[in-house]
Amino acid sequence: MLFKILPKEEFRALVEMILEANEVIAPKAIATNARGERIHQFLPIRSFEEMDLEYKSTEYSAKTYFLPYRENLCTFEFEGEDWQQSIQYYIQPRAIIGLRAHDINALLKLDKVFIRDRFPSPYYISRRKNTFIVGLDHIPEEDEFSRSMGTHIVTHGFDLFLTDLSDRYFVAINSDRAFSLLQKVKTRDVADADTHAYLEVRRRIRDGFKTHIEVHSLPNVLDLEFTSKVWTKWGEKCLNCGSCAAVCPTCYCYGVTEEVTMDFKKATKVKQLYSCNLVDFARVAGGHDFRSDKEARLKYRYYHQYRGFLEDYGEPKCVGCNRCGRVCLAGIKPAAVIKDLYEESV
Amino acid sequence: MKHLNIERRRPKIGVFDFTGCEGCELQLANKEDSLGAFLSAIEVVSFREVSSDNGSDYNVALVDGAISRPDEVERLKEIRQRAELLVAMGSCACFGGVNRLKNAYDLDEANREVYGDCPKQTMPTMSVKEVVPVDLEIPGCPVCKDEVERVVQHLVWDLPLPTYAYPLCLECKQRYTVCRFEFGELCLGPITRAGCNAPCPAGGLGCWGCRGPAEAPNYDEFFALTAERGFDRQIVRERMGFFGGFDHVLAELEKQEQHEAIHDDHA
Repeated sequence: MLFKILPKEEFRALVEMILEANEVIAPKAIATNARGERIHQFLPIRSFEEMDLEYKSTEYSAKTYFLPYRENLCTFEFEGEDWQQSIQYYIQPRAIIGLRAHDINALLKLDKVFIRDRFPSPYYISRRKNTFIVGLDHIPEEDEFSRSMGTHIVTHGFDLFLTDLSDRYFVAINSDRAFSLLQKVKTRDVADADTHAYLEVRRRIRDGFKTHIEVHSLPNVLDLEFTSKVWTKWGEKCLNCGSCAAVCPTCYCYGVTEEVTMDFKKATKVKQLYSCNLVDFARVAGGHDFRSDKEARLKYRYYHQYRGFLEDYGEPKCVGCNRCGRVCLAGIKPAAVIKDLYEESV
Repeated sequence: MKHLNIERRRPKIGVFDFTGCEGCELQLANKEDSLGAFLSAIEVVSFREVSSDNGSDYNVALVDGAISRPDEVERLKEIRQRAELLVAMGSCACFGGVNRLKNAYDLDEANREVYGDCPKQTMPTMSVKEVVPVDLEIPGCPVCKDEVERVVQHLVWDLPLPTYAYPLCLECKQRYTVCRFEFGELCLGPITRAGCNAPCPAGGLGCWGCRGPAEAPNYDEFFALTAERGFDRQIVRERMGFFGGFDHVLAELEKQEQHEAIHDDHA
């Protein structure tokens, strides 16, 4: 990895340069909530000012720019006895600025599923390859537990990663295209003082975590507590609304349906992200349902996060951003559920 | 007519309005880009919003509006007899709708309040299924044209009917809508059936439940979470009662509470 120092005014020039030829997605303040806090979302911006890099968190992850909530997989056109299928993978080049380390780690997990596993997804690959990612360090929010998940540090999966040193950014460069781009603005080499300042920020980030979950024996605890009352306690609260999976940066389960136009001349295969907590998630042909109660549905979501994914890919799926815990109107928070499980198993 | 070797039917459709605003019927004439195709996929036998034809040889009846007069009961029964398939369309037809609010009052008093000294014949408001068997329901105030199209496609092509078992929240998430509860507002999204594409929360208004309950909503938790956020119990119930879709839940709740009250008196 290469490191450079980028003065803040040069960063502005860099963003403006990216804006000239690309769609740019960045955290944007869109409203104020009932507690007087600003609400941010990753949305397209058209000027540097629209972006708010002081943001604390976003209700939604930036997942939708890689795995859209709804996506047309292909279209069919019928003519006479014949039909033609067309598929469109191509997307406009795009940049996402301000992604957290845990959000980039989330993409690395999705890469394992959609790029490196047996059935690579051309839809995902085209979006991933065509997206220029500028990450940004942050002091964690009180409820984040990405340090427990080992996702508060990221070493690849981005183009540039910035650490704010007040008047300048400490920049990690991780791609050719990022390197070339940086040639067009003024940067300087890293001096000892920069390294010290950088490491000091890293320490503050590490020590900033207030929420921790026990992970080292979690897969076993999940197995041991398969029939635990803990699942009844939290399962009874679950609204089955699927919001947790929707805002999760790594939940990727989906359903596919066909839609036909009213003149019956065209059809579209539509993919929609789904959630394992939705009431009909495991309903199959013949009306059978192998996860008919909500407690089982909630349990299997946790199983996929902290056990199933680990078996397949060697790491948990959760990155500890706690977006699911914040969005859940019923107050189901992973840190609390996992704490309960450990207490049950003592 | 065959298309890709599949037989295509051309259902003869009659649209009938009862007590309601006819907004659902207007909605049928909406979505101009596919309106031509919509109207040519079916044969409109009777539909006063788009045609002066007034035939009676329909096999599918789309019924909108609630039933609130004795003559409406008779007319509905006649339609049911003629139609092979009867579709209740809109919150009024499916649940009784806003009209049902009057059932909480004395009927004569309600009549006087609305019609003054020219009282009309009236009776407690009923949904269509309380009078005759209903084959399909498309809830909503008004109905969403997309869903009506999907139902028509089912009738023409046997395409699967749209099912929305889950609550509205998922559709808000798909649209990147900020949760109304974040703004300290009440929303029935967590218990209401999806399928409308959540236009109200996206437009700044919490859900009023016009599509009725999702499949197996978690009412206990919904009441708990609204109470926790300081919403008055009565306000929550009034919201749920607005379109009539949750009336059975509210009735059950009141029965339970009365039972508990009696129990408490004895204790």
